[in-house]
Amino acid sequence: MSETIAFKPETLDQVHKIIKRYPEGKQKSALLPVLHLAQTDFGGWLDVPVMDYVAEILNIKPIEVYEVATFYSMFNMKPVGKYVLEVCQTGPCMISGSDKIINHIKETLNIKNGETSADGLFTLKTAECLGACGYAPMMQLGKFYHEHLTTEKVDEILELCRQGQVALD
Amino acid sequence: MSKKLLLKDAHIEGIRFYETYRKQGGYEAVEKALKMTPTEIVEEVKTSGLRGRGGAGFPTGLKWSFLAKPEGVPRYLVVNADESEPGTFKDRYLMEFLPHLMIEGMIISSFALGAHTAYIYIRGEYSWIPDILDEAIEEAKKAGFLGTNILGTGYDLEIFVHRGAGAYICGEETALLESLEGKRGNPRLKPPFPAVKGLWECPTVVNNVETIAAVVPIINMTGAEYAKIGVGKSTGTKLISACGNINKPGVYEIDMTISVEEFIYSEEYCGGIANGKKLKACIPGGSSVPIIPANLLLKTINGEPRIMNYESLADGGFATGSMMGSGGFIVLDEDQSIVKHTLTLAHFYMHESCGQCTPCREGTGWMWRILKNIHSGKGTLADIDLLWDVQRKIEGNTICPLGDAAAWPVAAAIRHFRDEFEWYIDNPEALTRNYGLANYADPIPVAALAE
Repeated sequence: MSETIAFKPETLDQVHKIIKRYPEGKQKSALLPVLHLAQTDFGGWLDVPVMDYVAEILNIKPIEVYEVATFYSMFNMKPVGKYVLEVCQTGPCMISGSDKIINHIKETLNIKNGETSADGLFTLKTAECLGACGYAPMMQLGKFYHEHLTTEKVDEILELCRQGQVALD
Repeated sequence: MSKKLLLKDAHIEGIRFYETYRKQGGYEAVEKALKMTPTEIVEEVKTSGLRGRGGAGFPTGLKWSFLAKPEGVPRYLVVNADESEPGTFKDRYLMEFLPHLMIEGMIISSFALGAHTAYIYIRGEYSWIPDILDEAIEEAKKAGFLGTNILGTGYDLEIFVHRGAGAYICGEETALLESLEGKRGNPRLKPPFPAVKGLWECPTVVNNVETIAAVVPIINMTGAEYAKIGVGKSTGTKLISACGNINKPGVYEIDMTISVEEFIYSEEYCGGIANGKKLKACIPGGSSVPIIPANLLLKTINGEPRIMNYESLADGGFATGSMMGSGGFIVLDEDQSIVKHTLTLAHFYMHESCGQCTPCREGTGWMWRILKNIHSGKGTLADIDLLWDVQRKIEGNTICPLGDAAAWPVAAAIRHFRDEFEWYIDNPEALTRNYGLANYADPIPVAALAE
C-alpha cells in the first residue's frame, strides 16, 4: 500500500479508551475490539499492512495479530462488497427455510457463497448460528439483523441497499 | 401460569432505561446486598439451588465458593454473553430489553466475589447490543451504583463490555478467557480452573448472563424462597428460547414444573406445531444435546409425562432422554429431514472446532463428509456404522466439551432415526421426497432442491 495507514483521529481516541479497560501491560486484550475498528475504517477487510499497523499500536508482534484475525469468522481476510449478506444456515434457520433465502440471493446476484457481485456492492457469506433462531430465517447486514426473511423481503432489502438506504452502523 | 422472576417487567415500556427500571424496584437488591457480607451473599445463592444457566447446570453458589482469594491479587467476574449454541437466544433478549437486570446482578455478584472489575464478553455478531449495555452502565454510574465508593460503602466496581468476533468455542469458559486476553479461542487444560487461575492468571468466575440476572430475585426474595419454586434440584425459573416449526417462537420464562406437552401445545407458550403439521422430533436444550423423537419427548420411557426441568429432560439418560442444556428448544415438524438437520449441525461443529485436539478437528470434518454423502444419495449402509464409530472416537477425547457437543447430536440421530438414514441410502427417492413420520413421503419443495 502506498498510502500511510492510520486510524482517523476519532477512531484513535476510541482505541486509547479501549486499551484503558484492561490493566497496565495487558493491552493485547484490546486486540479484538481494535480489529473491529480497523475492519470498519479500512474498507471492510484486514489486509496485512493493516494488521501490522494494529500490532504496532498494541505493541505486540504481527504474528499475534495474524493468528487471531484468521481465527474469528467476523474478520474478512479478502476484500468484500459494501454490503456483506451474512445469512445464517444452521439447523433452526434451515428448518425455517434458509436454503430458499440463500439460493434466492445466489440467483438474484449471480454469485456463489463467498463471492462478490459484479457491481462490487454485495458479498454473500453464509454464517453459522447468529442467535436469532426464533426469528428465522435471518441475515446480518453490517451492525444489524434482518429477521423473518422471505424472498420478497430480501428483494426489498437489496433494492434499498442499491439506493444506499440501509444502515450498516 | 409460571411465576415470572426475570421477565416480570419485560413488557413495561422503557424498562431498558434506568428510571423506569428503578421505579419497578430495580437496584433494591444492590441496596440490600451491600449491607450483607460477601459470605452471606454466597450462602444465599447456595441455598437458592441456582444452577448455571449456560448449559452445564453446575451449582452457582458452589462455583463461587471455589474462588481462590490470595492476598494482593485482583479477582474478576466475567459474564459469558457469547450465546452461540444453535437454538439459544435468551441472553440476547435479556441484554436487549433488561440490561439493568444483568448489571444489577453483576454488582451483587462482584461484591460477593470481591471483584473490582467485571467484563461482559458478548458475541461479536450482537453488534448493536454493546451500545445498549454501555448506555445502561453509564446510567447506573450516574445513579451511584457503579464507580467508586458505591452507595457510600467504600466498594468500587467498574464494568466493561468486550466484543468477541465470531467463534462458538469462546462460549467455553477457558476459551472465552483466552479470547478476552486477545488470543485465539483455544480452550485451556484444566486444572487449574479459572477460579484459581483465570483471566490474566488471576482468580476468575465466569457466569452466564441468565445466571447473573437470577442473582437479583434471589437476593430480593431470599435463597430459601427461590428454592421453593420449581421441583427437586431444578429450582427457580428458567428461560427457554423456543424455535423451529412452532406457532409462537420466542423467549419464555418457566418455573420448571410444566410438562413438555403443555409447553409445546398450550397457547401460553409455543402454541402448537405450525401449519397444522405433526411433531416429529425435538432438541430440547440447544443443538449439542441429543435429539429425541416425539414419543420420547412427551413421555419418558416409563410412560410418565416429561417435565421441563433438568432431571426430567435427562430421564432415561442418552438412551431415551436428552438434556435441559441452555434452554434452546428446537422443534422439528413431520416435513423435516433428520439427515439434513444433522448435516447442518455437523457443518456447524466442523466450522467451530478450534482445531486444537485431533479427534475433534478431524472427526467433525469426517462426520460432515459422511453425512453429506448420505444426504446426497451417495452413501452406503457401512457409512452409518462409520459415522457411529467416528463420533464415539471424539466423545470424551478432547480438552473441552465441544467434541462431545459435536458427537452427541450425530449419535442421537442415528440412535433414534436409523431407519431414516437407511432409507436415504436405499431409496433414490430420498433426493426428492421427505421421509415423513411413517415413511409417508411428501415431496420436497422445489426451492430446497435447487441447492
